[in-house]
Amino acid sequence: MTAPLLTTRDLSVTFSDGNGGLHALGAVSFSVLPREFVCVLGPSGSGKSTLLRALAGLLRPSSGTLDFNGLDSPPRIGFVFQQATLMPWRSVLENILLPLELQNLNPAAAHAKAQEMAELVGLQGFENSLPRDLSGGMLQRVALARALIHDPDLLLLDEPFGSLDALTRERMWMELSRLWLARQTTVLMVTHSISEALFLADRVLVLSARPGKIKLDLPVDLPRPRDDDMRYTEPFGRLARQLKAAIE
Amino acid sequence: MEPTLSRLSENLNPKSPKPPATGWILPVVGLFALLSWDLFTRYGNIPAFIFPAPLQVIERFSRSLLDGSLLRHSAVTLLEVVMGLLVGTSLAVAMGYLIAKSRLFERILSPFLVASQAVPIVAIAPLLVIWFGPGIFSKVLICALIVFFPVLVNTVVGLRAVPRALNELMRSLRASCWQTLTLLEIPAALPVFLGGLRIGATLSVIGAVVGEFVGADRGLGFLINIGRGQFDTALVFVAVFTLVALALSLYGLVILLEQHLLAWQETHP
Repeated sequence: MTAPLLTTRDLSVTFSDGNGGLHALGAVSFSVLPREFVCVLGPSGSGKSTLLRALAGLLRPSSGTLDFNGLDSPPRIGFVFQQATLMPWRSVLENILLPLELQNLNPAAAHAKAQEMAELVGLQGFENSLPRDLSGGMLQRVALARALIHDPDLLLLDEPFGSLDALTRERMWMELSRLWLARQTTVLMVTHSISEALFLADRVLVLSARPGKIKLDLPVDLPRPRDDDMRYTEPFGRLARQLKAAIE
Repeated sequence: MEPTLSRLSENLNPKSPKPPATGWILPVVGLFALLSWDLFTRYGNIPAFIFPAPLQVIERFSRSLLDGSLLRHSAVTLLEVVMGLLVGTSLAVAMGYLIAKSRLFERILSPFLVASQAVPIVAIAPLLVIWFGPGIFSKVLICALIVFFPVLVNTVVGLRAVPRALNELMRSLRASCWQTLTLLEIPAALPVFLGGLRIGATLSVIGAVVGEFVGADRGLGFLINIGRGQFDTALVFVAVFTLVALALSLYGLVILLEQHLLAWQETHP
């Protein structure tokens, strides 16, 4: 049994959003194994995004602990937001290499690596385009490449395909599984789509409504590589029904 | 690759049909204005010391150009304007950064800054000339004062407009303060900041003239005073036109800077 990469114990985060609203994540405990793909599913207001932000170090936990076991330095994080959040003044390639630039890697090496990433996510030919000239799906590909280029210990995805149309979204699922297999990264992804979770994840955590607590920890033993037809199989339907029941 | 790209951008941002050429409007309007001016002075029976004809102004222009006085005075005013712009902008950017970053600084400074805008620059210019003498220094100070506020406001607004998600991105990548400043905040604030600089550039010219009016022995404002005193109205016209040209060139320089730095934006105002 491999040691987990990340363990949280009774992790809770409470903060007000300044408009009188309260965002809350209540005492969640779980662990994530290295190279595992974990999806977090839950109704809105269950603190899914709050959990990701706490893991990324953007929010301080109110109580509980959050351990990156076995890493002696602070973890390298790759974050993909709901919107692509690219810098509009930078070209595709310059956006992708930002994490390397922040680590003060020499520019030539950074460019070479960014070029490689651009090809990996299928953006060859668009390296010098500006974000304003790309479609929504391509923008999220840039964001994915940027999140992966510095070989993060943990890739955090916050409903990254929520703003894409259905066809593009499903194409991005394939892309993401391929990238995850190729890069051997640990992924924690927030989503509100049951199909998305079952298509991608090794394990699905279901959070309950406020304050968010873990309601179900469901291993997804569907064979890989997964494809479109898998959605009409019996095991998929059974898992989907289980998740649906847990969310409601 | 090129053709695909251009086709792509056409698809994504459909261009409206090309607007009709408007390049001819400016020269035609200018010519018309010049003609009306000439007819007005010729048939209106107006003495030259009240309203000189275009030819008289042109003649005065070439005379002051040839004896070197126009260039000498323009150089002084230009120096004051540019120095004032630099000093005012530097102070405004430094203070704007502090205000944008710290609520405390904003609370302390903003009442004073707003109150200072209620004091007309014309009213305190004599004081500055009394304190710092009739030389260039007092003019630079007046220019800097007048430039300061619009640049400050635009710096603060620009820095506050940095998208929150990009800030979170930089934090999740553990960017240092310096990296966040140079890679995110400065480029993101640049469009709004340059808008303030554009206003500042033209205001700086006004500041220099106000200062020279109050007390100076050089500069285009001084030249206007001389022309007025000697009933040499053509000289006043020459100085005014030179000032307009100066302000327009500075404005144009800022526009060029914008086009260079903000090429990533879809349209330039």
